[in-house]
Amino acid sequence: MRPTITMRMKTSDEALAQAASDGDSEAFGLLVRRHYDRLFRLSWRLTGHKADAEDLTHDILAALPAKLRAFRADAKFTTWLYRVTLNAATDRARKAQRRVKARDGWGQDYTRRAAEAADAAQAQDWLTNAMRALPAELRETVALTLGEDLTQAQAAEVMGLSEGTIAWRMSEVKRHLREMATEEAG
Amino acid sequence: MPEFKDELDKLRAALRDATPAPDEASKEAALRVAEENFANLQGSATAARPTDTSPQRTGFLKGLGQMFMKPNLKPMMLATTSLVIVGIGVVLTTPLMRTEPIPTAKTEPVAEAIASEVDQSRQPASTAQLRSDQTSNSSKQVSGGVDPSGPAEGAIFSRENFSSDDAQSEIGATSFISGDFGSVMMGDSDGGMEPLSPSPKRLAKSQASSMRDRLPQPQVAQSNDQFPDATANPLKVTSEEPVSTFSIDVDTASYAWLRSSLSRGQLPDPKSVRVEELVNYFPYAYPAPEGDVPFQQTVTVSETPWNPDTQLMHIAIQGAQVTERPPLNLVFLLDTSGSMQDANKLPLLVQSFRLMLGQLRPEDEVAIVTYAGSAGTVLEPTKASERRKIEDALLRLHAGGSTAGGEGLRAAYALAGQMSRDGEVSRVLLATDGDFNVGMQSDAELKGFVEQKRKSGTYLSVFGFGRGNVNDALMQTLAQNGNGQAAYIDTLAEAQKVLVDQLSGAMFTIAQDVKIQVEFNPATVAEYRLIGYETRALKREDFNNDKVDAGEIGAGHTVTALYEVTPVGSDAVLTDPLRFGTVAAEGNTSDLAFLRLRYKEPGATQSKLLEEVVPVGTRDAGSEAAFSAAIAGFGQLLRGNTALGDWGYSDAIALANANKGDDAFGYRAEAVKLMRLAQSLSPN
Repeated sequence: MRPTITMRMKTSDEALAQAASDGDSEAFGLLVRRHYDRLFRLSWRLTGHKADAEDLTHDILAALPAKLRAFRADAKFTTWLYRVTLNAATDRARKAQRRVKARDGWGQDYTRRAAEAADAAQAQDWLTNAMRALPAELRETVALTLGEDLTQAQAAEVMGLSEGTIAWRMSEVKRHLREMATEEAG
Repeated sequence: MPEFKDELDKLRAALRDATPAPDEASKEAALRVAEENFANLQGSATAARPTDTSPQRTGFLKGLGQMFMKPNLKPMMLATTSLVIVGIGVVLTTPLMRTEPIPTAKTEPVAEAIASEVDQSRQPASTAQLRSDQTSNSSKQVSGGVDPSGPAEGAIFSRENFSSDDAQSEIGATSFISGDFGSVMMGDSDGGMEPLSPSPKRLAKSQASSMRDRLPQPQVAQSNDQFPDATANPLKVTSEEPVSTFSIDVDTASYAWLRSSLSRGQLPDPKSVRVEELVNYFPYAYPAPEGDVPFQQTVTVSETPWNPDTQLMHIAIQGAQVTERPPLNLVFLLDTSGSMQDANKLPLLVQSFRLMLGQLRPEDEVAIVTYAGSAGTVLEPTKASERRKIEDALLRLHAGGSTAGGEGLRAAYALAGQMSRDGEVSRVLLATDGDFNVGMQSDAELKGFVEQKRKSGTYLSVFGFGRGNVNDALMQTLAQNGNGQAAYIDTLAEAQKVLVDQLSGAMFTIAQDVKIQVEFNPATVAEYRLIGYETRALKREDFNNDKVDAGEIGAGHTVTALYEVTPVGSDAVLTDPLRFGTVAAEGNTSDLAFLRLRYKEPGATQSKLLEEVVPVGTRDAGSEAAFSAAIAGFGQLLRGNTALGDWGYSDAIALANANKGDDAFGYRAEAVKLMRLAQSLSPN
């Protein structure tokens, strides 16, 4: 007897990933459906561009079946998935020389959005400028800690860094933002 | 513009607000490609991947697996899972202690990867089998031989592929599989307690220690779940302190929490076990009230199951059923923060509340407020007759963003205020998976807010979901101050119990601020001990102070309180009389104790007093009281209470089994199962 889909609604990510890496297609389907939105959100926060985010998510999903074999159940699935996403984003940017474009993305999407919602324009402008002002590694850190709500320890685990590095990076982010504020004021 | 704490806060909010919703078409396309690739991969790789039914061990284990998968053996499976977990601990630690080299894929002491849900796993029945059968892995986790990240031919990579260096830290360490243990034993702690995956280099250096890291950590749950700290009520000497005062407690969260812990093969944190909540989880058929009184109290004194020289004083309260109920105004305040995404959180929450809709009457009103990042009203007040509309709103919910509980709470109360009309009952139902303090300065402020709203007539019930981040202490505080119940919902069955079977109890308060005071007679009682209610103790003078808040009784609720009483002259007296103390009281030797009960009619400010004399002498407890004693014993065992002496799980099981009564809903049978699980899991 196999567990039914309803029973599996409650199965942990880790167990589903395990089952999927053992060839259970239903488990795989549930798993990717459960995480697509999360993946997309992170991708968007990393790229700042909706189309790019969609492409990135698409790529990650396409390669996930193979990658899943490397997943070990003693790691948290989301941690693993975040790591895969970050690497995929970096890789993608590197391969296609899109690092610049990723930054520009923060312009394009926002110009369009600003037109759609004039009253929110100011806030978005701020976000665009802020994200563009950040170096890539700080942007990644922001996407994980502020965007995905990871603790510094969790973000450190995803990025394979020490917690201290993350703390330092966040203070750097703060510094950047403060400088931006001073420039605005001045 | 809202004010932000600092730049980071502002950035966080901006990021949240700006994130676009994923495009449905792209989503479907991506999911389709993923699933196609998955199917292709299976096809091309089957040859290289050993399946779970290799010929040499097909016979016995497979048969065993099938046997265990028969649904009628579920209780057995539940129990045996724990056996296996304990067993594996032994198998894996032994080589460590001998400091043998780390087992490679060839020597393979393969751990049993426990399949997803505990009650679905198939496992060999004993440790011996595990030892002898080297590759027993019914869950198909296979080590070695497979390139863990190699992209398979035939997979569709529609856009460019990306390198696999992300998996760096995963490769190389697969020869020894700890399977699902990490997650089973540690819980899916959102707090990120799992150790970093070691890199291959580090692994080689410190094989032994890293192996130990990945071994199941017995018993201790590592998570951010928070519980109030309360040591068990101490033994009281009657001549020194004859009066005991406490507030009733109808919460059940502790029991559901315990069940969820045990089902994962983990003994619950002793702090999370509140004996009175365990006892009060079960409905009891106590004598029902007659006439206008909201409840009926019954006191029985019988022999203590765990000590023949003491007596158990059993105080039972049975609340009246409501026949005519006023219209309900319910505001669902739902946590949709990112952490709620797990299947046992938001999806379960949505299912649970949908179940409840069936219990509402057409004139009841429902509104939905969510909080995540920014709080929002998802559904304006809607008549329960428009069930479709409410369900649609529930089904549209999705998780994302951080928790802004304070803001959400204010919004929910504002809505409840709008909906409230004379004679109607308004209640905010808060569903959350954990922390709830963003936005308000402190827990104390939050508590004050809830308390103030309670006084204005809107009550609060709290429902906890998921594991890893539950702030049980805060849930308790909020519910207690909001005249509501705190329940922890771990399964749909629990939702059925709390939100369907006992909905009227949860929604309609029939007596408020119910306090119990017992005065023991020093001439007949040498010592006494209140079992449970540690977090509900009141000061003696609080009993008559109507300003002091206490627990509520809902329609049809039963409440049980137990005292273990040592009669004067019994062998079980633990304390010696004071040499220079007061002379033992003379006089009345026919009364054991005097019971006082105070309660308020709903909405009243003046309390009423009920009094009853408890005479000396024991009688047969009856199955209801005896079952509650079994549960109280069980709870004390889990808390590690020493007062029980040799009385152990098997005694609790026997007592509970003998007193199951009708058990129409199967709650008591389930309790016995849990006791058996705890018995297997407990170290002694």
